[in-house]
Amino acid sequence: MAIFIDSDTKVLVQGITGRDGSFHTREMMSYGTRVVAGVTPGKGSQTFEGPNGSNVPIFNGMDEAVHETGANTSVIYVPPRFAAGAILEAAEAGVELIVAITEGIPVLDMARAHAFARDRGVRVLGPNCPGLISPGKSKVGILPGQIVAEGPIGVVSRSGTLTYEAIFQLTTAGLGQTTCVGIGGDPLIGTNFIDCLKEFEADSETTAVVMIGEIGGTDEQEAAVYVKENMSKPVVGFIAGLTAPPGRRMGHAGAIISESSGTAETAKEKIKVFNENGILSAERTADIVGLLQSRLA
Amino acid sequence: MDIHEYQAKERFRSVGIPVPPGRVVSTPEEAEVAAEEYGGTVVIKAQVHSGGRGKAGGVKLAEHPEEARDYASEILGMDINGLPVDKVLVTPAEDIDTEAYVGVVIDREAQAATFMVSPEGGIDIEEVKRTNPKAIRNLSIDPRYGMLPHQAYWLASFLYDDPNLADQARKIIAQLYDAFVSSGAKMAEINPLITTPAGEVKAIDAKMSIDDSELFRRPDVAKMRDTSSEPPSETKAREAGLSYVKLDGDGEVGLCVNGAGLAMATMDLVAYYEGKPANFLDIGGSSNPDKVVAALEIITSDPNVKVILFNIFGGITRCDDVANGIIEAIEKIDIELPIVIRLTGTNEDRALEILEDAGLSAYTSMDEVVKKAVELAGAA
Repeated sequence: MAIFIDSDTKVLVQGITGRDGSFHTREMMSYGTRVVAGVTPGKGSQTFEGPNGSNVPIFNGMDEAVHETGANTSVIYVPPRFAAGAILEAAEAGVELIVAITEGIPVLDMARAHAFARDRGVRVLGPNCPGLISPGKSKVGILPGQIVAEGPIGVVSRSGTLTYEAIFQLTTAGLGQTTCVGIGGDPLIGTNFIDCLKEFEADSETTAVVMIGEIGGTDEQEAAVYVKENMSKPVVGFIAGLTAPPGRRMGHAGAIISESSGTAETAKEKIKVFNENGILSAERTADIVGLLQSRLA
Repeated sequence: MDIHEYQAKERFRSVGIPVPPGRVVSTPEEAEVAAEEYGGTVVIKAQVHSGGRGKAGGVKLAEHPEEARDYASEILGMDINGLPVDKVLVTPAEDIDTEAYVGVVIDREAQAATFMVSPEGGIDIEEVKRTNPKAIRNLSIDPRYGMLPHQAYWLASFLYDDPNLADQARKIIAQLYDAFVSSGAKMAEINPLITTPAGEVKAIDAKMSIDDSELFRRPDVAKMRDTSSEPPSETKAREAGLSYVKLDGDGEVGLCVNGAGLAMATMDLVAYYEGKPANFLDIGGSSNPDKVVAALEIITSDPNVKVILFNIFGGITRCDDVANGIIEAIEKIDIELPIVIRLTGTNEDRALEILEDAGLSAYTSMDEVVKKAVELAGAA
């Protein structure tokens, strides 16, 4: 099994004709993802040429695309100024999962889009995230397919390349993954750590979880308490940003220790709360595999 | 992006919030002229992107124009929390009866703009939160409907019993929400919101921070950026499309990493091996040599840097492409500092060969490369 996506997931790409959209659509299709439709306003009735002669129909709008193809998941590679609108359109068209890759969407736009999607019972992953991959089944987003392997570990993270780093080490050590989820580096995200932990706990094939957090916000602390109270499976954690100064944004819009928060949003505090709640916390990314093996032994 | 008090006040005025007049000047003489024109007592306020200006001596009351000139001369050229003051705001002093607090921020948990108001203003609101949390009222605004009239009144009535004052505050709170949204802010604050003996409610201070992602569609706000308030290296990085933060202190290991999370983890690992990271730098997802050149120029402009460390995870962008990009960039600029490179991911073996053929030290282990960089920095 896997969480959120599997080989039955029917994916629709919003922004399929753009530079990033077309590149990653081919990557997804090469990996085996069922891409059933693309949407680019004004390019309806054209066809997207995928790898190995496989073609994908393009539609002008989401409503038509979803009804014609039965897509249940949408992935968004639309530029920031149009991305929140794309999320609204996808939520209204009735997909179950929206994966928003775009970085740099205005926060106030996202506040509205999240509320709109929530009202319609649609899950949003991201924005500003690498998406997710269920090895051997499907990938939606930009995670590199070459570094994953099938296996029993669940991975959830706020980061991109730092996640790849951890996945690569897992795979190299022979620890494959059920699903790897990048929840995004923005301050307002649709799916948080707890949402993913809940799914991993319920997933019969997942035996342990790696959770990678960073400075900013307090999602990690709430997740740690959730782990202690609700999870039977071991969780190994890593937090980035011990040396990050307060009040400075470290790349991700959400990776900032707000100056009014005192120590609550620091890496040190998050590691402390991990330890208090039974999450083994890796000091270095190189320690993740060892800690995981110690808990699985 | 932070904006100055005088700029935040312009935003406030444009939505109708009562704000006393003011003039921004950069010389003591101009301050004297402004004080003379206003007449009476004026306040001279340092314009820097830092809290605690008052405590640092950056806010002074001047009773006559000569005093205004002297204080301006003292404040201009001051350093407040490491930031040089090159502008002061001259504004008439107000008679103050009471001081309240009104602020709005994007709350991550509520996923909405959230107001915080308190009748205890003029002091650090975090202090009030700790010592007297009952003196604070919070309200999240549903982004689909905006601020509703009764909500503004509910907040205002927490500040003032007097119906006349509460009515003025109700308007100001609704206007502050307008200013927040129309500026694309992530934080806006009036501290203090005062009442005068004449029964007026006014904002005598203003603070605002803008969501960087809003700037593309708000050119009038974007032009408020004051590049003199940030290190030139950060201005250059932003213009080159790189995410860069110079770390405090005398960091010796200059970092160039792809991805924000990995960049932070690399800083942390340098510190773990008892080295001093010089910077955060996320070069992004491509292997574009021009970006690498810009990154190297920025890193080497820091005189404390003794060694340059690349930490690249090649995922979709293959390691061999990244290796070629780095070599091309290094050939374009003259660098005397030692460079160590760690590449891992897709095609890493091929990348290592390419780098070693070019005479560069290449690694696949993050720990080994960081240890090496720290060692080289210590030896330099």
